[in-house]
Amino acid sequence: MYTFSNRLKIGSFIAMAVGLIFLAIGFISAPSTVEEAKAIVAAAHDDGHGGGHGEVNAHEGGNEGHGASTAHGEEAAHDASHDEHLLHQLQNRPWSALYVAAFFFFMISLGVLAFYAIQRAAQAGWSPLLFRVMEGITAYLVPGGIIVFVILVLSVLHMNHMFVWMDADVVAHDKLLQGKAGYLNPTFFLVRAAIFLGGWIFYREYSRKLSLAQDESDDNTNFVKNFRWSAAFLVFYLITESMMSWDWIMSVDPHWFSTLFGWYVFASMFVSGITVIAMISIYLKSKGYLENVNDSHIHDLAKFMFAISIFWTYLWFSQFMLIWYANIPEEVTYYIARFQDYKLPFFGMLAMNFIFPLLVLMNSDYKRVNWFVIMAGIIVLLGHYLDVFNMIMPATVGDQWHIGIPEIGGILFFGGLFVFWVFNTLTKAPLQPKRNPFLEESRQFHY
Amino acid sequence: MASKVIQALYTDDDVLMHAVKKVRADHHHIEEVYTPFPVHGLDKAMGLEDTRIAITSFMYGCLGLAVAIVMMNYIMIDDWPQDIGGKPSFSYLENMPAFVPIMFELTVFFAAHLMVITFYLRSRMWPFKKAENPDVRTTDDHFLMEVGIHDNEDELTALLWETGAVELKVTEKES
Repeated sequence: MYTFSNRLKIGSFIAMAVGLIFLAIGFISAPSTVEEAKAIVAAAHDDGHGGGHGEVNAHEGGNEGHGASTAHGEEAAHDASHDEHLLHQLQNRPWSALYVAAFFFFMISLGVLAFYAIQRAAQAGWSPLLFRVMEGITAYLVPGGIIVFVILVLSVLHMNHMFVWMDADVVAHDKLLQGKAGYLNPTFFLVRAAIFLGGWIFYREYSRKLSLAQDESDDNTNFVKNFRWSAAFLVFYLITESMMSWDWIMSVDPHWFSTLFGWYVFASMFVSGITVIAMISIYLKSKGYLENVNDSHIHDLAKFMFAISIFWTYLWFSQFMLIWYANIPEEVTYYIARFQDYKLPFFGMLAMNFIFPLLVLMNSDYKRVNWFVIMAGIIVLLGHYLDVFNMIMPATVGDQWHIGIPEIGGILFFGGLFVFWVFNTLTKAPLQPKRNPFLEESRQFHY
Repeated sequence: MASKVIQALYTDDDVLMHAVKKVRADHHHIEEVYTPFPVHGLDKAMGLEDTRIAITSFMYGCLGLAVAIVMMNYIMIDDWPQDIGGKPSFSYLENMPAFVPIMFELTVFFAAHLMVITFYLRSRMWPFKKAENPDVRTTDDHFLMEVGIHDNEDELTALLWETGAVELKVTEKES
């Protein structure tokens, strides 16, 4: 049995507390009126080039002349709508920081659940020793899923402006959104989210129950049942995951659409999930809890990290290159926004998620070096956080993005919660299954 | 290399593996082992060095990538930067996404083909090459271990019989 080390527990509590404070600071410092929003932007600009008030005005009005006091009526109206837009972006920032971090950690446990179901459905001989680790990580599906759902409910209740199609005023003036209203309407949106989460959580809980029952039983009926449920879950998962990515992520840009988006999000969550399995396994092994897990298991996980990183890049590039090549205005705005305002995170993510794992994890020997895998894993996880950041932020905060207090607060809070929940679940059952039919093969696994 | 060798035939890969370990433990030099199929772990038991073919493949891949970049840069950007359907031919980077499929394919092409050719050269395989096969049964269901003789034929014969050989043959090594 695993005992939750006190240092890790206290560390996770501290991370949660600091994260909560940072998030609260983010929410408090978000502007509530247009004037405050303008002041915030003006202050940011003053820091930059010490310009006077006139310069800021000129910048905001989009005029070329300094100190634009000759605004026409038309421009004044434009100014007002621009200011309101700016206010919404700044108000969205703490919400988006919360949502990105909440979704990122939720997607890790969902990715692990998919990996777990695949291992069961494929009857993999190497991985049964790691099933308990995976079950521990997927336990976060319940709190993480509920938090994401609550954020979606709050969005529907107009607490923020992350999803513009939820605003009835906007839809009234937007033919495109009216056309999509049959799918993108708040009630159906929440019903779908509840079905997705319900299905995933049900499979996770039931599979865990069967997995624990298999330890105590004297035949393999639980194992066979688990195999069948896992295969069925994978069918359900592929459909719901794709729809989830349209609902929860693509719909922040409701004018834009992409057909392989679901796969792209899947690749991101899959590789982050596998990375976390590898990192937690290495951690537990270093503490002496997984004595039968050897370097070959780590090697296999690292191979998955390497291969799925490349798979992610393949999907990223396929989506990007098709849109870049055809350059159809209604599609290409998505990338123009990212190229103009998100250069560093957008291309930095590519280096972290592709070039780094490609070069570091290519060598077969390095995949067996545990600290190497941990180091690569940290970079991959940061890269996929940036990936989610790049998917959500351009639509919600636009060019007003920063990786500052609210964003770090979100990572700390959900990271702490994730660590606490996962390791707390790991203490609930023995880390090595007792009578899985493939257990002996997994124990002797050697590559 | 000894001019006289002793060839021991086995009918089972497990027996062969044990024989290889025993012969090596007794400090005899194994010249060669002939098997009809890859025997897992045989290279380790014989103490052969790891292959470096993956490293050569990586370098060939880098070469292929360089060839693709230089070629596309010369043709599409330097030599005749035409406007083809509005694609930006001003610099390599601006038009790079369009070149990535070629860069990828040439990397794989060079890495794969040059590695295969390296393998053929290094293991001396080519059409019309005379087969080096001491006993035709080794391509079907027999395993053959070849150990060099250095004035110790009797001792070696006893050892090999002991390891479970089904047949022993002493021959002059060709060439």
